[in-house]
Amino acid sequence: MIINEKIAIDHGLKKEEYQKICELLKRTPNITELGIFSAMWNEHCSYKSSRLHLKKLPTKGKQVIQGPGENAGVIDIGDNDAIVFKIESHNHPSFIEPYQGAATGVGGIMRDVFTMGARPIANLNSIHFGSTQHKKTKNLLRGVVHGIGGYGNCMGVPTIAGQTSFDSSYNGNILVNAMTLGLVKKDKIFYSKAAGLNKPVIYVGSKTGRDGIHGASMASASFDDKIEEKKPTVQVGDPFTEKLLLEACLELMSGDSIIAIQDMGAAGLTSSSIEMASKGNLGIEINLNKVPCRETKMTPYEIMLSESQERMLIVLENGKEEMAKKIFDKWNLDFAVIGKTTKSKKIELYFDNKRVADIPVNTLVENSPMYDRKWKKAKLPKKNKIKKEDINNLKIIDVLKKILANPNICSKEWIWSQYDHTVMGDTIQKPGGDSGVVRVHGTNKAVAASVDSSAVYCWAHPLTGGKQVVCESFRNLISVGAKPIAITNCLNFGSPENEENMGEFVECVQGIGEASSYLKFPIVSGNVSFYNQTKDQGIKPTPSIGGVGLIKDYSKMITMDFKEVNNIVLVIGKTEGHIDQSLFARVILDEKNGPPPEINLFNEKNNGETLLKLIDSNLIKSAHDVSLGGIITAVSKMCIKSNKGINLKKPKYLINEIEYFFAEDQGRYIIEISKKDQKKVIDILDKNAVHYDELGTINENMLFLSQKSKVTIDELKSSNTNWLIKYMSK
Amino acid sequence: MKSAVITFPGSNCDRDMDVALKKFGFSNKMVWHQDVELPKTDLVVLPGGFSYGDYLRCGSMASKSKIMQSVINFANSGGMVMGICNGFQILVETGLVPGVLLRNKYLEFICKNVFVKISNKNNSYFKNINKNILELHIAHNEGNYFCTKDQLKEIEDNSQIAINYCDPEGKIEEPFNPNGSIKNIAGIFNKEKNVLGMMPHPERMIDPSLSGDDGSIFFKNLINNLK
Repeated sequence: MIINEKIAIDHGLKKEEYQKICELLKRTPNITELGIFSAMWNEHCSYKSSRLHLKKLPTKGKQVIQGPGENAGVIDIGDNDAIVFKIESHNHPSFIEPYQGAATGVGGIMRDVFTMGARPIANLNSIHFGSTQHKKTKNLLRGVVHGIGGYGNCMGVPTIAGQTSFDSSYNGNILVNAMTLGLVKKDKIFYSKAAGLNKPVIYVGSKTGRDGIHGASMASASFDDKIEEKKPTVQVGDPFTEKLLLEACLELMSGDSIIAIQDMGAAGLTSSSIEMASKGNLGIEINLNKVPCRETKMTPYEIMLSESQERMLIVLENGKEEMAKKIFDKWNLDFAVIGKTTKSKKIELYFDNKRVADIPVNTLVENSPMYDRKWKKAKLPKKNKIKKEDINNLKIIDVLKKILANPNICSKEWIWSQYDHTVMGDTIQKPGGDSGVVRVHGTNKAVAASVDSSAVYCWAHPLTGGKQVVCESFRNLISVGAKPIAITNCLNFGSPENEENMGEFVECVQGIGEASSYLKFPIVSGNVSFYNQTKDQGIKPTPSIGGVGLIKDYSKMITMDFKEVNNIVLVIGKTEGHIDQSLFARVILDEKNGPPPEINLFNEKNNGETLLKLIDSNLIKSAHDVSLGGIITAVSKMCIKSNKGINLKKPKYLINEIEYFFAEDQGRYIIEISKKDQKKVIDILDKNAVHYDELGTINENMLFLSQKSKVTIDELKSSNTNWLIKYMSK
Repeated sequence: MKSAVITFPGSNCDRDMDVALKKFGFSNKMVWHQDVELPKTDLVVLPGGFSYGDYLRCGSMASKSKIMQSVINFANSGGMVMGICNGFQILVETGLVPGVLLRNKYLEFICKNVFVKISNKNNSYFKNINKNILELHIAHNEGNYFCTKDQLKEIEDNSQIAINYCDPEGKIEEPFNPNGSIKNIAGIFNKEKNVLGMMPHPERMIDPSLSGDDGSIFFKNLINNLK
């Protein structure tokens, strides 16, 4: 086949990119080489539109062992323990084939973590679907949940937290972001940098098939009417093989024979071999006839571009092949020496004794395109004046029940009860709280993790939205008593070639960077998913932030359920009455405009750190951050979790109760304290200049504002829990 | 007391079981599925998980693996064999306990706490246990116990039902049946009561900071009965 511009364009490359390839090679590439370039230079693998901006993110910190650039980030949690974690998107395949798309998303992220030597100890996910009225939503939701469960449950890794939202902007592009945390000894972390010449390059895991060819390219383009035809680009997962691969890899890793290891994720054998060579400043030579194949007559092109799952590439010390093979034989997995490291700094592929590709590694990596895309700065929208007559007639309890039953706030138990969240026997806070928490096996320590996103805020004002998501993650960790350490981000956006979408990306990243830098909450890993777009319609900007924190003594962990009748409930942080972009504004007032709530990073940090001090002094009985739906929604959830009620006081300021109770001002937490501790708590809050209001006292079973305005917790509970169950059973 | 936990490819509660057994005083050994002989032991446990990926039928391939012949011989000579979740599925596939485990009634994986009532204490597993109702945890996709009418009659005649799903007060009724099992059956014995298969995971409930602590009651009682 003679390669020309048209074939290159069919591979998703731009005309100029094809010309650059010819210049770099000083010749026309052959089909295998073109395939390799298209896989390495697509948006998904090359970060060509995002690199410039991602560079600005804060990635360093006292506890950071490994920042972005490896398979996952690594943080130090003391005592020679480290946590490896990352979040990754699997949006495009999940829309085309929800079960397999979601399942392989979970499989891929777990591989990223155990590639580094860590045993996965927790999974999380952030999933976003179109309008609940849209005809595809129900099936997509069911398929994605089954897929996530199908893979994670079989692996025996608990799914401890997550987030689900519905918004019509995802009608044609759902989001499936999967996150995994793994535990490793600090001195047993494995990296992907190859080293040494003539070291054997080993292929282990499943055989290579024709599935997922061009998966990464598919994920680097918008959808059109013909997406059904893209089904063959979706990979098929086999969690059983991955479980074997996990055990076999960890067994091999307990020795010292591995020089470098890299999982075959997006762009399969291509990106894994090239990344290892590039990081080690070496060449790699591979004999493709040695690659274990599932199907007959696979061409070099297909072998290099296959995204078959559950495969790893290892650079081994010489002479360790037999020992390593024994381990993989024990686990019934393929093991093949397929090549070696060379000094050529080229990727050289042989097939049927012919050289079928010969590409300098740097042309694929350092010389890959990088774009400074045009972008548009977003203006801060004007504040809406809420008309008194719009809210004067509202009954607060009716509004509350409506809010609690809203798809974006209702209980997601239908989802997480399908995920095994207790396997491994260390889950001490299950889904449904502010963060999931697992113990560090055999110690008094526990790790908390949460995943958050606020697409509506990001859409209204990307810079503020970007900051808000980081703050929300910070709060969710603090609410369970964990000290926030670091984050991973999954940046889901529309087309970078559209100035507005690109602007959303740039400003969200800026916001994330500012907040993460101020809160000393660095970003250690992540991924970018662009082209979440169908024809001209992009999704709302949706950066998902996965936060990880440490609880040094898990007996001090906090949960959100109220503990004891007559205890006092406070809200810390100031309530200004910000209604624009709140759930109340959207659901009750049908108002979609206006700015998101402002972020004050000083207050955010001060309020959070003060609460941690209170928790550490054993003064807090329960805590919950205030987010979607405001104070009264947060309090209701604490009531529902505990089957206890609250006597709510009238606010002392903001005469309008609705504004006080439903506003989504930031930096706030609800806390429960006992009467005897009240003075101590208030002294500490005052000393640290933290604003607080007394909200009320806990009672047996009623949310009580006045004789005219009260509701039983059972009633609130049924509003909150029934919606999703009913929706999915229709 | 000695115990042995079998690890099949795809087992994923083997470590949890090991941790639980050791916590309550067993000296536990892990046994690989390709081993031929069991170590000297007082109890064999088939752990939960997805042995052989649940391919073909849950538990079916594991029931044919090398070690299982020894496990069957051990059971037939009166040795205590306990199968939890996937282990229960393996036990029904070997025929050591009667019946089959179908897919859950609502076709979804279920992970949650349940209450079970102990129906028969006249055996080494539940003898002397100081509670009639335990709060345990289930996590399965195929836990819907089914058997023929004749089998059910035999099971009942021989008092082979070990535990039934119930409410916190012990009412054994349909609303408290999480998966559609006949008669709310959550666990069952062989005729001789030395083999127990059950869906709930006591090993996940061995510490008050976990989903519950009733698993501790089960294990403490079990080791005392074996002493």
